[in-house]
Amino acid sequence: MKKLTEIRWHGRGGQGAKTASLLLADVAFSTGMYIQGFPEYGPERMGAPITAYNRLSNEPLRVHSNIYEPDFVAVVDDTLLESVDVTAGLKEEGAIVINTKKDPKELLPLLKGYKGKIYTIDAAKISLECIGKNIPNTPMLAAMVHASKVMDEQLFLDNMRASFKHKFATKPEVVDGNMKALSMALEEVKVYEG
Amino acid sequence: MAISERLSGNEAVSFAIKQINPDVVAAFPITPSTEIPQFISQYIANGEMTTVYVPVESEHSSMSACVGAQAAGARSMTATSSCGLAYMFEMLYIAASNRLPITMACVNRALSGPININNDHSDSMGARDAGWIQIYAENAQEAYDNFIQCVRIGEHKDVHLPVMACQDGFITSHAVERMELIETDKVKAFVGEYNPEKYLLNPDEILAVGTYDTPQYYMEHKKAQTEAMKNARQVIKDIAKEFETISGRKYDMIEEYRMEDAEYAMVIIGSSAGTAKEAIDELRTAGVKAGLIKVRVFRPFPLEEIAAALKGVKAVAIMDKTDSFSAAGGPLGAEVKAAIYGKVDGLVAANYIYGLGGRDVRVEHIKLVFDEIAELVKSGKQPETYKYLAIRE
Repeated sequence: MKKLTEIRWHGRGGQGAKTASLLLADVAFSTGMYIQGFPEYGPERMGAPITAYNRLSNEPLRVHSNIYEPDFVAVVDDTLLESVDVTAGLKEEGAIVINTKKDPKELLPLLKGYKGKIYTIDAAKISLECIGKNIPNTPMLAAMVHASKVMDEQLFLDNMRASFKHKFATKPEVVDGNMKALSMALEEVKVYEG
Repeated sequence: MAISERLSGNEAVSFAIKQINPDVVAAFPITPSTEIPQFISQYIANGEMTTVYVPVESEHSSMSACVGAQAAGARSMTATSSCGLAYMFEMLYIAASNRLPITMACVNRALSGPININNDHSDSMGARDAGWIQIYAENAQEAYDNFIQCVRIGEHKDVHLPVMACQDGFITSHAVERMELIETDKVKAFVGEYNPEKYLLNPDEILAVGTYDTPQYYMEHKKAQTEAMKNARQVIKDIAKEFETISGRKYDMIEEYRMEDAEYAMVIIGSSAGTAKEAIDELRTAGVKAGLIKVRVFRPFPLEEIAAALKGVKAVAIMDKTDSFSAAGGPLGAEVKAAIYGKVDGLVAANYIYGLGGRDVRVEHIKLVFDEIAELVKSGKQPETYKYLAIRE
């Protein structure tokens, strides 16, 4: 049976939302799935709102359009909640994953009555602690895998280690930090079911 | 064993070029094709290719460098988009009329203005009469497969024409998809060495290229050029068959999807063909006999294949991702209508302009088009000469 998961990423230029969508595509591919990972391109610059997408399926993917009714939404920067309609079209049986220091209840008024699950994670804190820099996309990636259940978490971690080893071949010292950020994110992600 | 990979369209085409390892690449960066010369430069710097990269100051020069190199006897390639292709315009004709089989990765992007970096087909469609073979891809896999075949098609002794391997800017060029690569030794064996019959650096046969042509000869040279384009039809089919033996993937002038008993058809080019297939499956589930003709090869134009595929169809929507500003529709609309003239009776043919400047094309849009052409058949009304799809009034 065809199983399709569609994900929309909201971030600001420079925060790595596009990279997160490509990393998710990468890791899903390595588990044998059909994948698409693509950003919406325009005159982007640092700090401007950007959107990226994932389609992940057990069957070949043919549609080449943006995603309007995602199963899951990731918000890499909670200041976007005030300016971007992040829950537009988001399915209620799905979930939204937000990088924030705030309690989910505080964010509710900004989510336009969204009735699905709300996952929150302090990705800034985790990445500062584990990687030494504010790179929220690595913890966000783990939080999205946790929320969407697109793959087994241990399988995800194993594949990510291989992927980081390849990506950081010239600076292997950062692999452990990134792996620690993923594990910590999987532990610290909180869910609010209203 | 094929190699399963996840690549963007630009990465896939760059990898094909690396596998082919041509003699010369001359290119000037322009979004969204910039990554291709960037990746190739990296491959060369890493010692993974022995290609001579000619860094030029413009696209007029990149095509000029390819013309010079190819005439000298070197397999030459370039990549461009949009205004870059427009800036090559003069040299495109020189390449084709001098019968130089240069291969170009054309990453389709809207022409200015208003200035826009996103996808439509106005760039390559603007060059449709330049004498280049044009082959369009639906996804990264096809962009890769087509590029490899294009080299063989252009260099074939019955053809000797330059080839544009087109893909949709950003939509496929920058989207990472799962695809299959072919082993490098197989690609190299398929493409083979470039051994032109005539070339400038041959000391045994003195040759002039690009000479003045008087009215006494010019038409005969043009006739020879058009014959070469006609020959390309069979060559494209033959090379597709040969390619299938190394890839397992079938290609032809057009691809028909669920056309066997279709009453309503769409003719489309490029990445939206995939979106249309999804829409057609949904329509079929709802009992609508919908089908798709994807035009893979636009030059030479597959007029017989399209006319044959449309036999028995009640209505067709012809989708143009560019406006030719003829005030009569787009180029695909005009050519499909010409192809069915006198061949298919009583077919309602509607021409849509869609997806300009990156306007997103959704499954819902395709279904709307099928609704509209079905309604035309039901009401007995004739379609507008052409119309813009899902436009804000």
